[in-house]
Amino acid sequence: VAAAESYPDDLQYHEEHDWARVEGGEAALGITWFAADALGELVHFEPPEVGSTVTKGQSYGEVESVKAVSDVIAPLSGEVLAVNQQVVDAPETVNEDPYGNGWLIRIRLADAGETDALLDAAAYRQVLADQ
Amino acid sequence: MPGTLLQTPLHDRHVELGARMVPFAGWEMPVQYEGVIPEHRVVRTDAGVFDVSHMGELEVEGPHARELLQGALSNDLDRLSPGEAQYTLLMNEEGGIVDDLVVYRVGEHAYLLVVNAANREADYGWLKEREIRGSDVRDVSDDCALLAVQGPRAIERLGLPPAPSFTFAETSLDGIEVMVNRTGYTGEDGCELLCMTEDAVPLWDAVLERGAVPCGLGARDTLRLEVCYPLHGNDIGPETDAISAGLGWLCALDKEFEGADVLRRIKADGPEHRLVAFVMEEKAIPRQGMPILVGENGGGGEVTSGSHSPMLDVGIGLGYVPASQARPGTELTIDVRGRPRRARVVKKPIYEREG
Repeated sequence: VAAAESYPDDLQYHEEHDWARVEGGEAALGITWFAADALGELVHFEPPEVGSTVTKGQSYGEVESVKAVSDVIAPLSGEVLAVNQQVVDAPETVNEDPYGNGWLIRIRLADAGETDALLDAAAYRQVLADQ
Repeated sequence: MPGTLLQTPLHDRHVELGARMVPFAGWEMPVQYEGVIPEHRVVRTDAGVFDVSHMGELEVEGPHARELLQGALSNDLDRLSPGEAQYTLLMNEEGGIVDDLVVYRVGEHAYLLVVNAANREADYGWLKEREIRGSDVRDVSDDCALLAVQGPRAIERLGLPPAPSFTFAETSLDGIEVMVNRTGYTGEDGCELLCMTEDAVPLWDAVLERGAVPCGLGARDTLRLEVCYPLHGNDIGPETDAISAGLGWLCALDKEFEGADVLRRIKADGPEHRLVAFVMEEKAIPRQGMPILVGENGGGGEVTSGSHSPMLDVGIGLGYVPASQARPGTELTIDVRGRPRRARVVKKPIYEREG
């Protein structure tokens, strides 16, 4: 069952519809409810390799629904520490729980200062409202 | 022509139901309501209804209508009695496929052709150009709406009597005059209901009231792909011949029609490429246009349709490969945006209902 629309206050957002949960020098990354809803039920997640590097503003993977493919944009730079195997095995987890079990990867931050440029939930909602 | 999309008589119904509307072949059509996957599953297990009023309807009538059509269409029209329908191809001189369509023999000298929306004008022009004395071709698409009600429970839900596939009958459904065609594009039992444009809304409402679930073009595409029905514009077209496409069974090569000589020659020599069905053996979703790599020097091919199979939960597709690589079991490599992913040729259809 797809989740209801929400943008939790404890996350930081990137305007390409990605979120980051920053904890110390690490962050979990995922896509927002808006992105998941726009794609429809996800049927494939093409993850990066653990140990590879993701760069803020660039694609680190792909998510696919039956009809569409979308790049996933990194909101922050860093080294990939983990890929969420649950999403690889059951991509619809992202639609069901985009900010919890539907996280995509964990990274070690390359530059903690990058988080300053991310949006809070209110600012991200404004991005959506302006579209 | 941007900004001038056509709308079916059911457009407002789709919007009210929360459909996601997209441009398709010049029309604004529902791609999904609840979601492609649940809509796909309801057609495989119960009954779904698709608005396919964008499709074209051409009438060909007159004492020489048969002669006109017999020379233009690949299948043998003489096998068709009034009340019967036939899947067939409109062919060009090169053995290429102008369109694939269903022809209904509605009278002794009257035929109805249901054609792809994108080819409606091309087909009409094609036949009009070949019109002979005693045959009259008319485009009646604007007068008609078409609903496809598909699924193992479709006929039961509509309260219709059983009937063989590729037959049709004029009847009334909940007080609305319809032509019930035992045809479809999903691989399931069911029918297509043709009605007058002004009856489309009450007919749609009646079909929903009887429990059919609204389904969009997204599910229509995954359903037809699982059962390997070709999509004109993707898998077949004016540049692809019927033999290579695996549609030789629609070509009555013992009669004369445009392109028949070319098809006879291709059949005798064996085609260079064949349209095959394949299933991914690694996680990946094939998409139209992706290269198919076959062996060191086996040449290459291309995916013509690809998606995720909701029933098999795996990537599936259709594509042309060198004829030597077309046997079921042959391993292929699909170039998925630069990543080589393994696939295997399978026997058609990819999905078959148990029992």
